[in-house]
Amino acid sequence: MRPRPFRSHDDTSGLVVLPRDSLMIRLSLSLVAVAALALISLFVGVGDVSLGGLFGADARAGDLQLLLASRIPRTVALILAGMSMAAAGMIMQMLARNRFVEPSTAGTTESATLGILAVTLFAPDMPVLGRMIIASLFAMAGTALFLRILTQIPLRSVLMVPLVGLMLGGVIDAFTTFFAYRFDLIQSLNAWTMGDFSAVLRGRYELIWLSGALVMIAFFTADRFTVAGLGEDFTTNLGLNYRGVLTFGLAIVAMVTAVVVTTVGTIPFLGLIVPNIASMIAGDNMRKSLPFVATFGAGFLLACDLIGRTVNFPYEIPIGTVVGVIGSAAFLWLLLRRRTHLA
Amino acid sequence: MIETLKVTKRYGSSVVVDDVSITLPASGITAIIGPNGAGKSTLLSMIARLLPMSEGRVLVDGLDVSLTPSDRLAQRLSILRQDNHIAARLTVSDLVAFGRYPYSKGRPTVRDRDHIQRAISYLALDDLADRFLDELSGGQRQRAFVAMVLCQDTDYVLLDEPLNHLDIKHAVAMMGMLRKAVDELRKTMVLVLHDINFASCYADHIVAMKDGRVVHQGGPDEIMAPEVLRGVYDVDIEVETINGRRIGLYYR
Repeated sequence: MRPRPFRSHDDTSGLVVLPRDSLMIRLSLSLVAVAALALISLFVGVGDVSLGGLFGADARAGDLQLLLASRIPRTVALILAGMSMAAAGMIMQMLARNRFVEPSTAGTTESATLGILAVTLFAPDMPVLGRMIIASLFAMAGTALFLRILTQIPLRSVLMVPLVGLMLGGVIDAFTTFFAYRFDLIQSLNAWTMGDFSAVLRGRYELIWLSGALVMIAFFTADRFTVAGLGEDFTTNLGLNYRGVLTFGLAIVAMVTAVVVTTVGTIPFLGLIVPNIASMIAGDNMRKSLPFVATFGAGFLLACDLIGRTVNFPYEIPIGTVVGVIGSAAFLWLLLRRRTHLA
Repeated sequence: MIETLKVTKRYGSSVVVDDVSITLPASGITAIIGPNGAGKSTLLSMIARLLPMSEGRVLVDGLDVSLTPSDRLAQRLSILRQDNHIAARLTVSDLVAFGRYPYSKGRPTVRDRDHIQRAISYLALDDLADRFLDELSGGQRQRAFVAMVLCQDTDYVLLDEPLNHLDIKHAVAMMGMLRKAVDELRKTMVLVLHDINFASCYADHIVAMKDGRVVHQGGPDEIMAPEVLRGVYDVDIEVETINGRRIGLYYR
């Protein structure tokens, strides 16, 4: 087969289009890398787990116990949280038609946290599923408010959108902090909101499987989000109800955020960086790019968690901090790259 | 056949489209012309249910566009507005493939693939099919959008300034291609055009709008007359017949 010309002389962006099979190879490689990270994640920690200890002649029951009760849940939680937060970011970017939007730059995460605080204040005995549902409703209301504000802003510049979201998030966060302070819950609030996987144990994390299911739903309805990403006029022209797609997407994003916040806390930037990187490689046709988004999300979070567990061994740095440091650097890089790209 | 019945659009106290009742015949090219702010685009958007009307009704083959389910309408009528900004990084073939969404709902069949390939070839985009939209020039992107709308394969195609961003060569090719689609596939095209001479050379029917109202309509021979054009544009335009075409001269 004659190689196709991928680039022409007037190609200004310098980005190369990959044909389908090359995309498949890249996806397979990424999957292998994530599997390797997951495997490492199973065997890194204060308690010593080794293959010999698990299956060898001198098998110890403690090793298996540690693996089943802590390491596997932790790794699974990392993969699911990474996949789903990245997918949620991707959906939000399509719906808001802005590359710099994600649950933590649109008031979604802060609203979910406010929801959890409300549950703690008014119905402290509510089971975790109920907590999550309330947090979802809050997250949905907050994000809907964000999108509503966006329609009122005459100048929808690329950077205005996340700035508005950050401000809205700040206002909601101030509310939360005020009430948490009044009811002496500041410490618990910090404990929930800081993303941390060290407390993930069997019997206390299973809710996060729900986010995996939500990613599957997003995958099967991916075309709608891509169409919505073309804008309201295109969506209506193709016979889809734009408001309907918007509400459906918001529901998924809100539930994912609520599940992740209730089980492991907030993970900033992930939903922003991962879809941007996946977009450079696989474009934005969500049916094609969502597998990349999910894989990269899982890999990114696994890697950040491993860094947090090893850098200050035997102590742990919360993953929220690691993600925050790496994420903000990557965010700046994306911003600056964007600037040159637009110029 | 597209019928608009007393269609009106108001924003507060300003009336953008004022009591427009017109009938656009099936099969053929209708050009809507008129100065800026005449309400051409607004009318087109209301016909395609992109914009709610303040008053009136629009019937497409007898279907009321505000009452007919949107997905059913999407198999009959397609629209491309002007100035489309797409932030999403899609390849040309991805974009064109979405034109099949009303039929495939995301699961394209072999027949859908044929349509996609044909639309891409129709607009001479074969070499650009795997390129991302943000890597194309404005004209190439415009052709990709038109390819998507053609891929939707509807009887009625509404295009708001399809010649936007196109150079002379591609503008002529675009009009020729639209004419061919009308003649061979019996499509009905409604185009908003700024260049009255393109309207004169390619359209079967011209609708002239001014201040939200339809002021004239008829064949190119009727509309391409100095007194009519003066009434529409408030400019003296000489009209000459060159090779049997009525050409307006308004450059000086």
